[in-house]
Amino acid sequence: MATAAAVLPSGSQDLHVLAVDDSHVDRKVIENLLKISSCKVTAVESGTRALQYLGLDGEKGSLGINDLKVNLIMTDYSMPGMTGYELLKKIKQSSAFREIPVVIMSSENILTRVDRCLEEGAEEFLVKPVKLSDVKRLKDIIMRGETEENGGSRVNKRKLEDDGHPPLSSSSLSSSSAPSSPSSPLSPPPSTSTSTVAPFACDLGTTELPTSPLRSSKRSKLCNSD
Amino acid sequence: MDVVQLQRQLVDYRASLYHEAFLDEQFTQLQELQDENNPDFVVEVVSLFFEDSERLLNELTKALEQQSIDFKRLDAHVHQLKGSSSSIGAQRVQKVCIAFRNDCEEQNVEGCLKCLQQVKHEYSLVKTKLETMFKLEQQILAAGGSVPM
Repeated sequence: MATAAAVLPSGSQDLHVLAVDDSHVDRKVIENLLKISSCKVTAVESGTRALQYLGLDGEKGSLGINDLKVNLIMTDYSMPGMTGYELLKKIKQSSAFREIPVVIMSSENILTRVDRCLEEGAEEFLVKPVKLSDVKRLKDIIMRGETEENGGSRVNKRKLEDDGHPPLSSSSLSSSSAPSSPSSPLSPPPSTSTSTVAPFACDLGTTELPTSPLRSSKRSKLCNSD
Repeated sequence: MDVVQLQRQLVDYRASLYHEAFLDEQFTQLQELQDENNPDFVVEVVSLFFEDSERLLNELTKALEQQSIDFKRLDAHVHQLKGSSSSIGAQRVQKVCIAFRNDCEEQNVEGCLKCLQQVKHEYSLVKTKLETMFKLEQQILAAGGSVPM
């Protein structure tokens, strides 16, 4: 059974992100967003390719070598063939890769879609176009091995401002104890725990591996056996 | 024309593109992703956008010429165009795509045809504008200046 040690980069290594998107333009943009944020990127055009890369397509892939280890998967939702949601499911069903955080990106801010992805174990649901600040925040969260001890109600979703529609919901995250309300404002929840948004200070040299596995925003799917 | 004049021209030109909503803040984001490691990033992404768009516009034209129109397919193409125009900040193109998708949903053929015309028009406008902007940038570089950010 894979442990957290397989997920986070050790010592001075950069985060390795697998980006999945059928759009050339978006692939290029996400690639650069990640490179500028000092991440290693592997960009593929489909869920099938992503599974091939991970070695989940039935054939033995090349993953097993440390420096090819994927620390984060960012996938578009709407793709021909296998959707990002289907890819997410397959990854979460795999014992080798279920601990890798998966982020879904979509141009459509649909509440049921968001909820479904989070239910299935997605770390976050980002509304496109993805910004540098989104990537920086994600990287921060993952490098720090942040978990949902902070009440599980960190707001992840940005408002979709270009459709002229009011945002359907400003919260993409529901903790296992409280369902997210469609009308909740886009602000951190009034929880008593410490702030979930730490200042961005990713110092790879001093980052230590956490001893507990990374958790996705929805705890219900993952078993915390160690 | 000297470098300073060219630079001023570029700055003014860019400002007008934002002012007239040809471009939005997403384009600015792209510029922020360009650095010495990726000095041609913006031009490269925009070129991909041109390629993608031209392909999609062809597909859309063909789809609307069919006897029996496949609105789902049509919508899928518009969705892609909307996505890529949004990713580079081509706001006017994106806005037409939104209206276009509504017409697809309503299976409104006339509406779709109008939208197609509109989106082709907006696309060719933004393409010309961006090419002009890149040309100005090239001129500045050729004159030994640096491109203002």
